[in-house]
Amino acid sequence: MISSLTAEKLACARGERQLFDGLSFRVRAGQALAVEGANGAGKTSLLRLIAGFLAPAAGRILVKTGDNESDDAEERGRQVGWLGHLDGLKPQMTVGEQLSFYARLYAVGDADLPSVLAQVGLGARAEFPCRYLSAGQRRRLALARLVVSRRPLWLLDEPFAALDTSGQALVSHLMARHCGDGGIIIAATHDPLGLGNESLKL
Amino acid sequence: MSAFVTLLLRDIRLAARSGGSAALALSFFALVATLVPLGVGADLHLLSRVAGGVLWVGAVLSALLSLDRLFQGDFEDGSLDLIALSPLALELTALAKIAAHWLSTGLPLTLLSPLLALLFNLPGPATAILFVSLLIGTPAVSAIGAIGASLTLSLKRGGLILPLIILPLLSPAVIFGAGAVQAALDGMAAKDALGLLAAFATASVLLSPFAAAACVRLNLGG
Repeated sequence: MISSLTAEKLACARGERQLFDGLSFRVRAGQALAVEGANGAGKTSLLRLIAGFLAPAAGRILVKTGDNESDDAEERGRQVGWLGHLDGLKPQMTVGEQLSFYARLYAVGDADLPSVLAQVGLGARAEFPCRYLSAGQRRRLALARLVVSRRPLWLLDEPFAALDTSGQALVSHLMARHCGDGGIIIAATHDPLGLGNESLKL
Repeated sequence: MSAFVTLLLRDIRLAARSGGSAALALSFFALVATLVPLGVGADLHLLSRVAGGVLWVGAVLSALLSLDRLFQGDFEDGSLDLIALSPLALELTALAKIAAHWLSTGLPLTLLSPLLALLFNLPGPATAILFVSLLIGTPAVSAIGAIGASLTLSLKRGGLILPLIILPLLSPAVIFGAGAVQAALDGMAAKDALGLLAAFATASVLLSPFAAAACVRLNLGG
């Protein structure tokens, strides 16, 4: 389990444009960090830096696990549960197939998939092709995949997007439970997370 | 089930459900093989002489039809981010995708080739060599195609550039494959050409996952 994630003097540039520079923060196990900022401020880029998709122009990201502290991007990526603004769902596959695929890919087993689907309100939709899901249902399925991944570091890009009131409550519940279990959440959002969390303005 | 097999089976399933990229490739291959004899005329000797080259070029062009989607579908819908974060190394991800492409496209094209060889009056022994050469060589088409597909991943209409990148790289496969058929037609041993083709295909399949994974990493960061 990760005990903390520390960013030290991070800088990120996309093309000729410097998005941020000298960015430092620390998030400990059980805590959430809301990353706020205007469109184009670099919220998604920061999440992609933490996930290891992007290399920082300067600075480093350290993940502490027990006594071991590492800045290895690939190692960090193996701890990440990712909820991007794209849902990553295939219209040709059913809800159950989709979830089962990721459970097997992440080597976490697919025994509890029905209960996770029920948690996100898609219990009766396991055989439903993803092409017929609404935007909100697709987001719920992406949330189910996040839960199934059993990763300690959740990186969420606009987690409340496309969800109705009950869906937003579900996200809040899942995030609170994840933090309660000792996980870490870093979320790029325009909405308050409602977790008594720290926030970072870009 | 390992993550590698899981991804391989998913890609084969998607290929089967996506309007049949294999069916499209097979239809294109059959059309090319039908049109050439119509254009060349009823000179059976000439047809059998050009059969190896025409069928090899037809198979390569047919396999190209679905190559641009090798990574692009997963890139566009966000799946590639999730796959990249899985325990499966990106090199093995690329290898799984190459294998899935070959099983859903290259292998069906190879299985169809003896039937199309009839249109070219290709003798039995030369047809057998054609079949073996495609069996050995089409994995190289998928493997080298994966490099092009990963390079053009984030380009709009990258599929148009893809053939320009990979066709020159595939010329050894066409030369050795068609050469093996020609040797069989001339009553000579085809094993030299098949050996070179096998060496080319082995090197392609072993090395291209590393190149493709590097290109995917660049595109995920971009």
